[in-house]
Amino acid sequence: MEAILDKALREAGECEVFGVSQTDTSMSFEANRLKMVDTREASGLALRLVKDGRIGFSSTTNLAEEDALVDRALEMAPFGAEALLELPTAVSYPAVDVHDPRLEALGMDAMRHLGQSLIDAVRAEWPNVQCEGRVGRSVTRTELLNSRGCRVSYTKTTKSIYLEGVLVQGTDMLYVSESETSCHPITDVAPLADSMKLQLERASRVATVPSRAMPVLFTPRGLGGVLIGPLISGFSGKNALKGTSPLVGRLGEQVVDERISLWDDPTQPFVPGSRICDDEGTPSRATPLIDRGIASSFLYDLQTAAQAGQTSTGSASRSLSTLPQPGPGVLVFSTGDASFEEMVSGMEEALVVERLLGTGQGNILGGGFNANVLLGYYVENGEIVGRAKDVMVSGNVYNVLNGVVSVGSESRWLRGFLSAPSLLCEGVAVTAKA
Amino acid sequence: MIDLIQDAIRGHNADYVEVRLEEGVSSHITYAGRELEDIGASSSRGGNARVLVGGGWGFVCFNDLSDLREKVALAVSQARLVGGERVGLAPVEPVVDVVPPHIVKDPAQTPLSAKKALLDEYNDIMWGVPSIQSTSITYADRNRTIYFASSEGAYIEQGKVDVAIRLSAMARDGADVQQAGVSLGSNGDFSFVEALHQNARDVADKAVRMLKAPQVKGGEHTVILDPVLAGVFIHEAFGHLSEADQVYDNDQLKDIMVLGSAFGGPHLNVVDGGAVGGLRGSYKYDDEGVPSTRTYLIREGVLVGRLHSRETASRMGEPISGNARAISHQFPPIVRMTNTFIEPGEATLDDLLAGVKDGVYASNWYGGMTSMEMFTFSAGEAYMIRNGRIEEMVRPVMLSGNLFTTLRNLDAVGNDLDFNQGGGCGKGGQSPLPVSNGSPHIRIRNCLVSGV
Repeated sequence: MEAILDKALREAGECEVFGVSQTDTSMSFEANRLKMVDTREASGLALRLVKDGRIGFSSTTNLAEEDALVDRALEMAPFGAEALLELPTAVSYPAVDVHDPRLEALGMDAMRHLGQSLIDAVRAEWPNVQCEGRVGRSVTRTELLNSRGCRVSYTKTTKSIYLEGVLVQGTDMLYVSESETSCHPITDVAPLADSMKLQLERASRVATVPSRAMPVLFTPRGLGGVLIGPLISGFSGKNALKGTSPLVGRLGEQVVDERISLWDDPTQPFVPGSRICDDEGTPSRATPLIDRGIASSFLYDLQTAAQAGQTSTGSASRSLSTLPQPGPGVLVFSTGDASFEEMVSGMEEALVVERLLGTGQGNILGGGFNANVLLGYYVENGEIVGRAKDVMVSGNVYNVLNGVVSVGSESRWLRGFLSAPSLLCEGVAVTAKA
Repeated sequence: MIDLIQDAIRGHNADYVEVRLEEGVSSHITYAGRELEDIGASSSRGGNARVLVGGGWGFVCFNDLSDLREKVALAVSQARLVGGERVGLAPVEPVVDVVPPHIVKDPAQTPLSAKKALLDEYNDIMWGVPSIQSTSITYADRNRTIYFASSEGAYIEQGKVDVAIRLSAMARDGADVQQAGVSLGSNGDFSFVEALHQNARDVADKAVRMLKAPQVKGGEHTVILDPVLAGVFIHEAFGHLSEADQVYDNDQLKDIMVLGSAFGGPHLNVVDGGAVGGLRGSYKYDDEGVPSTRTYLIREGVLVGRLHSRETASRMGEPISGNARAISHQFPPIVRMTNTFIEPGEATLDDLLAGVKDGVYASNWYGGMTSMEMFTFSAGEAYMIRNGRIEEMVRPVMLSGNLFTTLRNLDAVGNDLDFNQGGGCGKGGQSPLPVSNGSPHIRIRNCLVSGV
């Protein structure tokens, strides 16, 4: 990587070389048993340089062609965006540990056992449920160096388990699932099995759900599925810059209920989304996005921060083949004081939303959401009475978060980058097939 | 290359070995607003080995092509861990062939400066529409050569050139942000993205008009889908469940999806095939070296076929169809769609509209997803239908339903088949895979539409 930097510097003013190498081992389970074991080794380099005030960029996974990488980036520069960013210098980084050597040493038999024991635990009580899933372990080395003296690298270990079960009765299909992602080994599958069994139990009969606005209780997974996408879009410094975030011009204003706070904090140890620095070498730090209902900050990388006259929040994320974009590292919602049971028992009528189908379609940019409820339950007189099926929820995230009834007291980690509680909100549009 | 791969394959203690290597170059240009945001060129190189030992699969993928033999050996040792069940492969005649890419107009022949100038024209047109808040354009092309060899003696080199573009425009009024977009793609034909000036104007106009459009009342409506959205519908609502790997291991699902079952009316015919030529999902051989075909999935309303890999065809005792595809060397091939379409019928759009007193006309697409029984898909635009006429614009809608009832509620098929090549399909972590969808206008009764 130093050699590429040196070569590029002969022609360019500023340069940065970003390298990732990753080894994944995973076990795929199909029809309740192990089906395939796979190993993925991937490594690549990306070069960003500034020549005559413009950004040139190129990447490769062909490690035999370092010269061509430099030549291509130089060729791109005349067409590239105007370089407003200033690359970071050598600085000290926060201690953010995301590396557990025990994961690197984890044997294949242990991974196989983990997956199979979860399947067996679910099927011990629900033998007609057919399961498929994946147990994976990945070790990722990220390295970054630039012409201003920044030299940073770190290794992250991630363990993940995902299981989905389907129960088919006639043409009716019920999907239940659980997953966990951690920087540590995962050893106890009992909580995952218990959760899937509870889902099966709650959904064992189909309830009749009317079409009307009603209170919706988003479980942590429901919140992560439907509300988080529009929020990430809204707090993107890039969207703010382009004027396509509904929050433009509203920092410092009350935009949602005061019981809602949301932070981006990629400095938390052993959370898969954490890191000592972002993908441009800016040190990680905690940034408040919503502070007791008040919109507080957008997330910026170097280029969008420079364009907006702000400083980077350490929020650059990138894939190997594209330039960095601003985005969250680890999102943490504040918790409230209500237990899930209290929320349910307090409602005459509500829809519990656990898992959704089709989020990501529709007007995310404007804060909108629309989705089919893949797994949800209908509440009548304080009790879950059955599965909500052929039901859609839709609305706008900012309206929904202004209709908060109560916030759950417990939160859980999702997909390694989000800590969310349950959230009960009133007046959400529910459309059901008659 | 051929010697390198064949040496690596030989002499392992395995039932089946395949090696797939891939080399490629790609370029991309992204505009965010008025400014060019990202322009770059990348090259990629990598490969994988997939082996079958005693009924278990082992898969290894890598960038570094040295020591190929050791990588195959690692896959063999991993497959041994699985063991147990009997996985068979449907027999196929091993093919030796070199297939150049399908090229009508090679994107590599157009210099990057000219591509950028073209996108500048589209961007200027969109910005020329009053009240536009921002725009975005993403363009990408990719040229790959894939080398495939198996222990059965197959050796295939296949070239693929893919081009894709999306134009979007955003309009804003206070905290209300609306967007419209169009996605297009082609198999080896840059001219598909060369004349989109009118599309750019339309996209920007629509984004602005959406700000004033009311929301439709949620509930069950009669909907008419344009060919683009109808193509997304048949892909999501039905296509995924015709992929044999979704059903072959589940006895209950196999019962539901038994060939000969009625799924719709006699006017409904659905086809998928990589051999349907010149489209984004077209190819000569799939990623298991099986020749592509053209498969009827539904004929006159009856389920008559299914999409297969060699493994699923063997297990279900059905003909191979050449539908095992991998998005890149980093993944094993799985059963995928190619070009999926509803065959045209006799009715004109006016015939479909006739007698619809109150309904929704939905066109263009934003996305779609399925969980087999349930599916959702989103329109890019929507309009009310009143007394047989397409009337005022409403906010874009999401449609959702249940496969089994919705196909029966599809009561009329138009005569104007058209293909949408702007989409990419995702499955099993492999996304976006180039596919095309097609359909004439179709009408669906009692379709669940989201709204207020």
